[in-house]
Amino acid sequence: MNRTRENSWLILIAVLGVVFLIGAPQVLELFTIINLTTAIALALLALSLGLIWGFGGILCFGQSTFFGIGAYAYVVSAINFGGTSWAVVVAVLVAAAFAAVLGYFMFYGRVSDVYLGVITLTVSLIFYNLMRRTSGPEYKIGDAQLGGFNGMNAPPLNMPGDASWILFPEDVFYVAMAALIIGYFLCVWLIRSHFGRVAVAIRENELRAELVGYDVRLHKLILFAIGGGLAGAAGVLFANGVGRITPDVFNLYNAALTIIWVIVGGRGTLIGPILGAFGLFYLISSLGQQASINNNLVLGVILVVFVLLVPRGIVPSVIDLWDRRRGRRGAFARQGRRRRSRSPRKAETHHEG
Amino acid sequence: MDLYLALALQIVYGIANLVLISLGLAIIFGMMRVINLAHGEFLMLGGYTVVVSTNAGLNIWIAMLILAPLVVGIIGVIVERVMIRFLYGRMVDTLLATWGLSLVLIGLVTTIFGAQTATSISPPLGAIQIGEFTSSGYELFLIGVTAVLSILAYCALKYTRIGLIARGTMQGAEIASALGVSTSRTYAITFGVGAAVSGLAGGLLAPITGVLPSIGATYIAKAFITVISGGTAILAGTLSASTLLGGVNSVLSYITGPTMGEVGLLVVAIVLLRLMPQGITARLFRRSL
Amino acid sequence: MKGEIVVETRGLSMHFGGVVAVDQVDFTLREKELRCLIGPNGAGKSTFFKCLTGQLKPTFGDVVIRDLNVNRAHSHEIAGLGVGIKTQVPNVFEGLSVQENIWLAARRFHPAARARSLVEETLDRIRLTDIRRETVNEISHGQRQWVELGMVIAAEPWLVLLDEPAAGMTHEEVQLTAELIREINKTASLIVVEHDMQFIRMIADKVTVFHRGAILIEDTMDVVAADPMVREVYLGHRKK
Repeated sequence: MNRTRENSWLILIAVLGVVFLIGAPQVLELFTIINLTTAIALALLALSLGLIWGFGGILCFGQSTFFGIGAYAYVVSAINFGGTSWAVVVAVLVAAAFAAVLGYFMFYGRVSDVYLGVITLTVSLIFYNLMRRTSGPEYKIGDAQLGGFNGMNAPPLNMPGDASWILFPEDVFYVAMAALIIGYFLCVWLIRSHFGRVAVAIRENELRAELVGYDVRLHKLILFAIGGGLAGAAGVLFANGVGRITPDVFNLYNAALTIIWVIVGGRGTLIGPILGAFGLFYLISSLGQQASINNNLVLGVILVVFVLLVPRGIVPSVIDLWDRRRGRRGAFARQGRRRRSRSPRKAETHHEG
Repeated sequence: MDLYLALALQIVYGIANLVLISLGLAIIFGMMRVINLAHGEFLMLGGYTVVVSTNAGLNIWIAMLILAPLVVGIIGVIVERVMIRFLYGRMVDTLLATWGLSLVLIGLVTTIFGAQTATSISPPLGAIQIGEFTSSGYELFLIGVTAVLSILAYCALKYTRIGLIARGTMQGAEIASALGVSTSRTYAITFGVGAAVSGLAGGLLAPITGVLPSIGATYIAKAFITVISGGTAILAGTLSASTLLGGVNSVLSYITGPTMGEVGLLVVAIVLLRLMPQGITARLFRRSL
Repeated sequence: MKGEIVVETRGLSMHFGGVVAVDQVDFTLREKELRCLIGPNGAGKSTFFKCLTGQLKPTFGDVVIRDLNVNRAHSHEIAGLGVGIKTQVPNVFEGLSVQENIWLAARRFHPAARARSLVEETLDRIRLTDIRRETVNEISHGQRQWVELGMVIAAEPWLVLLDEPAAGMTHEEVQLTAELIREINKTASLIVVEHDMQFIRMIADKVTVFHRGAILIEDTMDVVAADPMVREVYLGHRKK
């Protein structure tokens, strides 16, 4: 049965994840580990978008907004609380709550998904403009100076409950990697739950889901808020990996990057976006060594090429190819075919009003 | 009295500014239901065209009013032919592809001209005096250009053949194809015209804002909000949404500074969408252009 | 007369701009009744149906389901009352398997264990047990219609609203569908919008004829079929 194969993949992913979690700090240099923490934070952000877009069909172009809000909320509350134990919780809740409020207006207003993408992107850009203008001394929340385009220094994580026990960068790596693994399996559990299956059903056919008796707007709202919370958690890790948070998290480049991870990795899978984020992170860092090719150019070309030629992304395409060679029709392959056959028809229904 | 006049002028300029930066996007959206995410970069290219050609010795008026729309319009047609036309009917993919295009354009311009502000040009026309307040003559000129542009768009929609097709398409693509219109050619022209209007706007704004490869991002938030709030009627949508949002923005900016102005704009737009998810023109002014 | 009134509309009207699609319709359906709505294209029966199911909000008038005014209710709220709805265009979860489709409907109102047994029962009733794991977008049109019927049945509704359940089916499939509908009628009241006269003869009890947004006549199939006005309205349009 397909579920069996899926499960064995999950076991493999879990084992690899844990091996990486334990092994990486033993063999890699500290600098690499700190860099990895950042990459993991981005992967968690990619996962959050992979969840709501790939499974919920929610086209969010501004997922990095919740990421940035989480990061800022973490830093501001850590400075005010004098410790990070509660700051982490606050960050996740604030990001989720913001997603819920924004989601309320979008889902209960029943805006089409093209609108939804553009609105979420706009929100991100407005946050960017807003945070850049906060350099004056009057812009502070409690004791935390927002710092305009220079941003704020992020206090490192401490042991929960003990603000004087600051975690080492290796420890932060453990936390980040554990968070990614837990986040991944939470998402797997979620999409296998009744709620998750309804979310997928809504992606497939909103009207039918409604006629069967599910409140489409509420389901989307909840999923969107979960995605927002997950992105917020990613923001916390990012602030720790980089050590700073600046308004740049809200800019167009980062919004695009998030979308590109998911497209490259593959919609409709959870591991795809994670791999996409890791892959592009290392591609961009290696490009960063030289100046002749601009990052925007590379990302733009990747995005256009994938949309035109590999619209399903790498992971579903590879699985499909594998299945075809083995002459097997697995659950993953089905998911892949469905996406392609669905997109033209769906497109027609976008703008009937 | 002079204060009110100056303030009123500021509000009108705020509205005209929104119309100017949104109209090209609205044309493409109204006709093709495509939100062009590279809209900001079309504006940016218009700006670079003006700055580069003016610095090379071309008359600034010719650069702004003729060269900028021409160059960007041609780029628009090329983009439609080599990319967009393969994606019709795939709304989300079109959106993503134009986003990719936006990044490519930013990357190309950065590679050619560098990431910093190119040598800037100063706005022609000096300041004018309203009692004890000064106002920029160039801003008045922009208000005038916006008005002319709106009237031109109105006449084009109302009296030309392509305008007739456009009106048909705005009512629904089926009607247009029932009229036996070659949608492919219409789309190419639409995309070109939309791009040209964006190029003109970018060129006109370049003397005020300067040019940067990433300057598109500062326009698009406002342009997206305006067009989505307006709905699919190109002119009525842009004008009504610009009036509402530009008014809110100008008044809030005047009271509390530009930061809150922009936030207010966003909040009004989001609440508006809750009430009118298809935009203002889907509810009001339904039969308008 | 059969039991109590389960669906009632009073002065129900639906206007689209200047067009009056449904014009002050008073309609009642009683418990365990099976009512067919017929009428030529554009008679307003589908619009009427959409008003009943919450897909359209009526311009004037009221829709009352079991003493509850549902004018402003959303489709999911109407479904939540125990109403099973099938739309004109087959509306299924395309990329999901047959059993997943049915499960989603069964699980909405039942705990997990009961939902599982309901899925088995339903698959059996719609005769799709053999292809339960197939993805819905890969099965035939008639089978997709049955999947949708299955989703209606699986929720164990007491009121069932069907819009053209036999459209596009082969003769054999139509007969099976008719059987299925009579079976549903043992436990539920039904409103069926249909075009296919033969199909209506197989199931009909009482028929309501729509014409120009209003009810023309309401009687048994034999009376309706013999009515000269109906013949003119219906066949006159058909010939064109």
